Amino acid sequence: MGVIQYVAKRVGLYLAVLFIGVTITFFLPRLLPTNPIDAYIGQIQSRANGVLSADAIAQLRQNLEELYGLKGNLFSQYVGYLNRVIFHLDFGPSFTYYPTPVSGMILNALPWTLGLLLVSTVIAWVLGNLVGVVAGYFHTRRAATVLEVVGILLYPIPYYILAVSVILLLAYVIPIFPLSPTFPVGDLSLQMVGSIIYNSTLPALTLVLAGFGWNILSMKALAVATTEEPYVTFARLKGTSNWTRMVRYVFRNAMLPQVTALALSLGTVFNGALLTEILFSYPGVGLIMRTAASSGDYNVLYGAITLSILAVATAGLVIDLIYPLLDPRIRHR
Amino acid sequence: MTATRQTAATSADLAAGRATPPSRPRRTAAGWLWLFNTRLVLGLVILAIFVVGSFVLPFFCRVDPALQASYMKNLHASPAHWLGTTGLGQDTLWFLIFAVRNSLTLGIFVGIGISAISTAIGLSAGYIGGLYERLVMLIVDSFITIPLLPILIILGAAIRGNNNFLTIGVIIVVFGWAWNARTIRSMVLSLREREFINMARFSGAGTLDILIREIFPYVSAYLVVGFINTVLFAINTEATLAVIGLSKVEVPTLGSIIFWALNYNALFTGNFVWLLAPIVATVLLFLGLFLVSTGFNAAFASKRGVA
Amino acid sequence: MIRLDNVVASYRTGRGSINAVDGVSLEIPDGCILGVAGESGCGKSTLMKLIYGDVQSPMALAAGSIEYGFADGRGQPITSQTIRQHWFSRISYIPQSSMNSLNPVVRVGSQFVDFPGADPDKKRVLEQVRAYIGKLGLPVETLDAYPHQLSGGMRQRVMIAMATFFQPDLILADEPTTALDVVVQKDILMLLMELQEQMGNTILLVSHDMGVHYQVTTRMLIMYAAKAVEYGESESVFRAPLHPYTRMLIDSLPTIGDDRARDGIPGRPPSLWQELRGCRFADRCPLATARCRSEEPALVEHRPNHFAACHHAGELLAPSGGPAWQ
Repeated sequence: MGVIQYVAKRVGLYLAVLFIGVTITFFLPRLLPTNPIDAYIGQIQSRANGVLSADAIAQLRQNLEELYGLKGNLFSQYVGYLNRVIFHLDFGPSFTYYPTPVSGMILNALPWTLGLLLVSTVIAWVLGNLVGVVAGYFHTRRAATVLEVVGILLYPIPYYILAVSVILLLAYVIPIFPLSPTFPVGDLSLQMVGSIIYNSTLPALTLVLAGFGWNILSMKALAVATTEEPYVTFARLKGTSNWTRMVRYVFRNAMLPQVTALALSLGTVFNGALLTEILFSYPGVGLIMRTAASSGDYNVLYGAITLSILAVATAGLVIDLIYPLLDPRIRHR
Repeated sequence: MTATRQTAATSADLAAGRATPPSRPRRTAAGWLWLFNTRLVLGLVILAIFVVGSFVLPFFCRVDPALQASYMKNLHASPAHWLGTTGLGQDTLWFLIFAVRNSLTLGIFVGIGISAISTAIGLSAGYIGGLYERLVMLIVDSFITIPLLPILIILGAAIRGNNNFLTIGVIIVVFGWAWNARTIRSMVLSLREREFINMARFSGAGTLDILIREIFPYVSAYLVVGFINTVLFAINTEATLAVIGLSKVEVPTLGSIIFWALNYNALFTGNFVWLLAPIVATVLLFLGLFLVSTGFNAAFASKRGVA
Repeated sequence: MIRLDNVVASYRTGRGSINAVDGVSLEIPDGCILGVAGESGCGKSTLMKLIYGDVQSPMALAAGSIEYGFADGRGQPITSQTIRQHWFSRISYIPQSSMNSLNPVVRVGSQFVDFPGADPDKKRVLEQVRAYIGKLGLPVETLDAYPHQLSGGMRQRVMIAMATFFQPDLILADEPTTALDVVVQKDILMLLMELQEQMGNTILLVSHDMGVHYQVTTRMLIMYAAKAVEYGESESVFRAPLHPYTRMLIDSLPTIGDDRARDGIPGRPPSLWQELRGCRFADRCPLATARCRSEEPALVEHRPNHFAACHHAGELLAPSGGPAWQ
């Protein structure tokens, strides 16, 4: 019974958070000082060199207002918006690439972002925690302090600094990787996969370095505390080997708070990923957002925000649901 | 531990079963000395250099560092220009100094704003509890889940025409208070069950009284650390926006200098100092803030153990 | 027979070194249940660690030796250097806080087989364990459960099962009943006694609760300020204690039908940091004389199989408080 309650609560929270997020994005354009429709019409006019007639402009404005859901009273707008977004994932067409639907553009870029995120987050978490648990279990040795210092040095460095430093070091000073990555298009082939991996290494490395330091530090602290627990001491007195104690006793227990911490850090990690994409011109959601920001393509921006919220919240939910699999105290009440 | 503090315990003594008498105990630290450990001192030194340097030195600068084409472009380091000049004809070192000052100023103001809001919300949610707490925490969790950068990108796009640097600060406050509020509230929760709060309650003190006189001193330790972390967050966020060109990049900040360097091909023209200098400055500044933060943390933690 | 010969255990700290066990010599016959009693800080836990072989920095066996009297598979006698390899096969340990001594995220059954003393054929061992725990009053499902699903008493039984399943020659139990309520305490103690009777091993039981010692033990060792002050068969020790400290410990036990007020023992044990001369109990002892303060009494056999370290062993404390001859 405990598990079902737990799942229900988590899913409920998830839906509530999604709802609030979608609502905030609904109100966002209405809170902005600039009217996106005016801005767009201004752009069209400048492109068309003022050839459009007043009638055509009025018609365009009306269409846009309908599209944006800015007609009618606030409540009907809201309901209409919810309907469009939740059930159809329809964010309208992109302004810059009219009439390509926004959802299509984003869904093209999403796999890139997700791929980068998943790979680098998993590596950072696993590697960081493994190093951390070894450093914590053997915390009396000097090597452990060295590892901790590595963590302390890496952890406060922000994403953009890491990205720029990585470029500086590995694409300039020691030019192993390209200064600006280019991604091939076309059918999937081994060569293409290799090229993708080669060009993705620097952004992935940035994300891994960013998460690595924190994982080392927090895992080390947890491991030190866990090693003092009675059950670890008792295992020692049974003669259990260092390896078994470190893995089955210390790590299996210390990693639980780390899983929770991972869920809480998803927002930050996602931000970092977007930023890294922009800096490396990596064809993910981040780059799409940045270009949309320059060209005033608000539909793309709103679509991207909504999907971002969805992605982060869902990832959090997935982690929350995995947690009972790892902790039998939640699984069996 | 240090061998100097042990008296010589010869094996003969041990074999004879005689315990060796202890050496003289250390003098206990007086007054505020408990606060200062290695990390904290190191961090404070670094911070002091940055703060004093960036706030005092600008008085000696005669040329507006943001003014382009003041000098020849991409000059190497020389006695006239210690870090050379940028691709836009500005003196790199002066630009950097002003950048540090502006980033710090923004960071501190935003830090104060976020700390004030998040403390109020966190304290009240934690102590009042009930439906109020649940609602507040739902909002807090939503704000935490909504990734900040996409929102900032939208807002950055919308306000690019806006000429006010502080607007960025306001936006960061509006979207950045959530995390700190959560931390403060969980700390208040653990406090609620502690004995001294119950004692105050039983002796008839009102809610506000308890908040101010009992909880606040305990919380203030977290506040100091939280404030520093918030400053870090604020400087970081502004720089993030600037690096991708969505802040007011004419204003020198740690982020905007990187933005200019990247967009004027610092690496291709060989002017890597333009890029390297802000990296080093940022890392050192953040290291200083971080050391102060963990140093305070360690000092408060050990004091709590004693107190 | 386990022999301790002038064993000294020292702790090295920043302030200097201190002897937590200061010259203890004993012979422990096989098959007895030896209770070790004394106030906190008297050295009983350190003595247990020494005997178990759990000696790691900053603690060290500064002097003396321990002979265990049983030999390993190759016929070599086991000494304090080699005892480590026989943890949970020839010697085992029941810890104090059974509540927290099991890994919370791993099933109970697998914790029976995750140490080197266990037979590598895990399946067969688990079958045998399943049969064994029934005898201890545990349901078969226990092995498949997680520790948090078991009650405190059940967990302690699991610890006992673990400690006894491999039929070790020596079992050390450190306050095995302290965390349990009285009813469960009795069950656990009876279980321990039953098992000991069946298997014939030696049990060393540390407890600060004299009542527990009274019910269970066949021999008693009383420790005070890192020294052994009394050692003998339980019946003799409880009926007619020789050392005044033992006398006071026993007098603090309530008995049914006796309404007299109980006295605590005033004062505290001496600090082991200072130079100690003479009998360490002298400051708190009503029988103390000048000789007591200058000359340390040795552990001497005053009655058959009953040792005491006291110059006035056997003198009773009369109701008036003064000495009287027994």
